[in-house]
Parts: sequence; structure tokens; C-alpha cells
Amino acid sequence: MDENSLYNTIIVNRSRAPLHAGVVERATRLGQGTNPLCGDRVRLSVRTEKEEIENLLHETRGCAICIASTDLMAEAVTGRTVADALDLARQFTDMLENGSSMVETADAAMPDALRAFLPLRTHRSRLRCATLPWTALEEALDHD
Amino acid sequence: MSVSGSEIISADLSGLRAQFPILSQKVHGKPLVFLDSAASAQKPDVVIDGMARMMRSQYANIHRGLHWMSERSTEAYEAARTRIAEFLGAEFREEIVFTHNSTEAINLVAYSYGSLINPGQAVLISEMEHHANLVPWQMLRDRAGIELRVAPITDSGDLDLDAYGELLADGKVALVAITHMSNVLGTITPAHRLIEMAHAVGAKILLDGSQAVVHRRVNVRELDADFYTFTGHKLYGPTGIGILWARRELLDAMPPFMGGGDMISSVTFEKSTWAPIPAKFEAGTPAIVEAVGLGIAIDWVEAIGFDAIAAHEAALTKHALNVLSEVPGLSVVGQPRHRGGVISFTMDDVHPHDIATLLDRNGIAVRAGHHCAEPLMRRLGLTATARASFAVYTTEHEIDVLASTLRRIRQFFV
Ligand SMILES: Cc1ncc(COP(=O)(O)O)c(C=O)c1O
Repeated sequence: MDENSLYNTIIVNRSRAPLHAGVVERATRLGQGTNPLCGDRVRLSVRTEKEEIENLLHETRGCAICIASTDLMAEAVTGRTVADALDLARQFTDMLENGSSMVETADAAMPDALRAFLPLRTHRSRLRCATLPWTALEEALDHD
Repeated sequence: MSVSGSEIISADLSGLRAQFPILSQKVHGKPLVFLDSAASAQKPDVVIDGMARMMRSQYANIHRGLHWMSERSTEAYEAARTRIAEFLGAEFREEIVFTHNSTEAINLVAYSYGSLINPGQAVLISEMEHHANLVPWQMLRDRAGIELRVAPITDSGDLDLDAYGELLADGKVALVAITHMSNVLGTITPAHRLIEMAHAVGAKILLDGSQAVVHRRVNVRELDADFYTFTGHKLYGPTGIGILWARRELLDAMPPFMGGGDMISSVTFEKSTWAPIPAKFEAGTPAIVEAVGLGIAIDWVEAIGFDAIAAHEAALTKHALNVLSEVPGLSVVGQPRHRGGVISFTMDDVHPHDIATLLDRNGIAVRAGHHCAEPLMRRLGLTATARASFAVYTTEHEIDVLASTLRRIRQFFV
């Protein structure tokens, strides 16, 4: 299939076998994102210690894009400070929503794995699938 | 060699398809396979050209100007009304009210006829309604203290007639509002029976014909219905035009839905009096060109004939159920007794949205999601399905392309 551009190996693999699924014990923060259009739902449990994300796990019901995005997000934000993670959330959403050429030169802080979602810029009806976990993350981190 | 009905029609189809300019488009470099006609059908040349011709040569506002253009425009608009009255088998052309879509037609009834229903009485809908035939009744319930009852469906996706009868039994139901064909399951509901049972307890009945009119001949008088609604864009017509048919005496008794120009007979600052039907329900400048376009679409559909349309869709649906059932991991949602050309399905390990996106990459358009029927999805224990729906221009080959692409998609994920 020629879908490889969007459904590339990392996205397909992570959707089939997420590495960060589950519930964090002694979580300090919780977040949830739902998409009423399709019923997709992301639940996050996070343990922070001195404003650093020690552990983040997710329970995701959704499409491949949504599951993979949540799993890769978990990887990308673990070990970051809350402020850093929120920055990354904004950058990620920006990268997908503003299809500008800026994107290619985007911040070096954007992990490569997250760039796997770039082809979504031509599937705008699916953007929300990838940004849903980041909305849940913002909810978890914004409210103490 | 014997030639079956469907082969004869298939032979005609290439000619038919050529009348739909959009069908020769490519999507992502692949020939468009359009299997989303239940959401909105594509338009034949005659409709596109007829509407353009009107705007190019004979267009003005209707019922207002005392000039030649306005008279021609009014004639065309009113001729469309007559055409639609014939199409539905209405007794009087005044029983046809132009709205902007099915949703507005149902809202009109909920608002206007709803105001004649007393608190303590009930409206009865079913579990498989489109939000268009659900939310207006919830709004009426909350506004007017009217009970809203919901008739369940069976696991196979048919209306549960016993339960329907029980919900009618106490005589409190003033109005039944039920789909004539489900946009999710394809179920064609037993309209005659539903109407008979409603009338036996003194209830009126509205049928949401948004899907049904596309697939079969509907005769409201022969059905003995009270209200019937449909929407132009699913019937090969334009968007922005919908139809409410109701018995004359009901429309006469109902208060207006919206106020404004064209719906009054006289206006003073103290009081206005209403125009006779149907003008009473057509406030403001209506969708003039769209009404004419719908009339043309109906002429076109009737020239093909519902016998041919039904035979074609039955053959396609049978073929589709066969080939889809052979796709590993695929489940068709619902096995109703009578079904139109709409098939919802799910696949193990592949979310409907991923199915839709991957099909789209191959030029195949299907719908995925809850299809504006969230309560039905919940009843089925699903959050979403993918849906393929067929029209007169759909071919067996397109369904084969769907099935083989679904096989590849599944391999991709498993
Ligand atoms: C069964 C049913 N009822 C009502 C509607 C609403 O039609 P419209 O959006 O044109 O008002 C639809 C189509 O979406 C439908 O399938």
C-alpha cells in the first residue's frame, strides 16, 4: 500500500503494541481527552516529582493514530519538566495545524518520533486523533 | 443464456455513470470509488445544468414581482411542488412544504405540531433514529413537559414490534416519529404496520424518509401516513432543499414555524394573519433554484424507475454482503429483514477511522463514525462503524475494489 507515509512503521507498531499503556500507581495528576465525533478516549495518569514527569501511562480507546500518538507522547514527555512538556504540546499542535514551512526547521527539541505525524497535515479531518492525547496532557498538567 | 434483471441494469449503468461528471475524478491518483451516497448523493448533469440554466435565463424572486421574470420563476418553483406532490402520491399539492432539509422539516413539525400536543401526552421514537429525528423531540420534551418514549430494536437491527405495541398501549402517545429506513443499519421499517398500530390508538405518525425515498417508491396516501419528510441532496438533487408532506387538515391546524415575508395574509402592528398553506410555512425567500433542481432530480429518478433502482441496489447489496463476509475479521453490523443499500461494518483490530483513511488513500470514499446516531451506537455496543452505501451509479466492480482493499488494510494491521 502507498499509505506508508501516514501509517508508517512506528505508528502501526505503537498502535498494535503500545509500550506505555496502563495506570501509574500513586499518580499525582490525571487527564482525559475525548473526541465526541468518534468516541475516541484517552486517559492519562501521571506521577510528577518536583515539577518533573517521572512516569506517565495511558489507557486509550481509539484509532491507530490516536493510540500511537498517545504512546509516543508518553515517551517524549517522561523525564521532562511540566513546563517543558506543555511547551512540547504547543509545538506539536502547531506543527500539525500550521502547515507552514517553518515546520521542517522546527525546534530541535521536537523528537523525531513525533515528526511521524507530519503527513497528517494533508489529512486535516484526522488531526484531532493525534492531538487528543496532548489535550489530555494539558488537562493533567494545567490543573493541580 | 438467461439474462437476469441486474445484468440488464448493469449494462445500462455505464451510460448512467457518464451522466455524473464527478465520478470520473481521481482521488489521490486513483479512480474515485464513491460509496458514501447515503450521506449525500452525487448529482447528474441534468440537475447541474438545469439549475445553471434557470439562473442564466429565467430567475427572479417568486410570488413578489409583477414582472415576467418573477412569473417564470414562480411557475418553475410551483411546478416543482406539483412534481413532488405527484412523486409522494399526495392528494393536494398544498400539502408539500419546502424546507431546507429533512432536519428543518422535522423541527417544523416538532415546533408547530408539537405545540398542539398536551403536557402528559407522549411522542414515540425508536432506538435507530438519526439525531435529526431525536434531538427536536428532546427539545419539545424539555420545553413542553411531553414524555419522550423510545421503541427498542432487536439484536438483528429490526424494530421490536411487540415493544412498539406496548409503548402505544396506554393511549398517551400523540405522535410517533420513526425512520422509514435506517442510515446506519439499512433497515427498512414496516411502515404500513407502524402506521396501522399508531392509528389504532389514535396517534399520528411521522416517517423520516430521508433514506427511504432514494431506494423505493413511497406513496403517502397509500401508506396512510400523517407526516413524511425527506431531503433533496440524498435524492440526486441539490443541498438546501427539503420536503415536509403532511395531511392538509394537520397543516391547516398548525401554527406557523417562522414568521416573516410571504407567510402572512395581512400585517398590522397589532396583529398578523397567516397565509393559507403551504405559504404559511415558507417564510422568507425559499430555496428557489434548489426546489427546481429537486424537481429535475425526481424526473430523472422516475425515468430510471424505482423497479430498476430497487433491483440494482438489491443485487449490489447481496453481492456486497457476500464479498464482505469473506474479508477476514470483518463483521457487518445488523441483519435486518429488509434492507436498503447501506452496510455498516467493523473490522477486528482496525478502527473505523483508520479504515476510512486507508480506503481514502485508495480513492474509496466511505463514512466512518457514529453516523449522527449516537444512541444507536451505544445500543449496539459500538463507538463507531465504517459504512458503505450504494446509489444507482454504484457498480459491482467498485464493491470488489472495496473488499480487496479492506483485505489489504487488515493485513497491514495484523
Ligand atoms: C435517516 C436520516 N434522517 C435525517 C437525516 C438528515 O438529513 P439532512 O441533514 O439533510 O437534514 C439524514 C441524513 O443525514 C438521515 O440519514
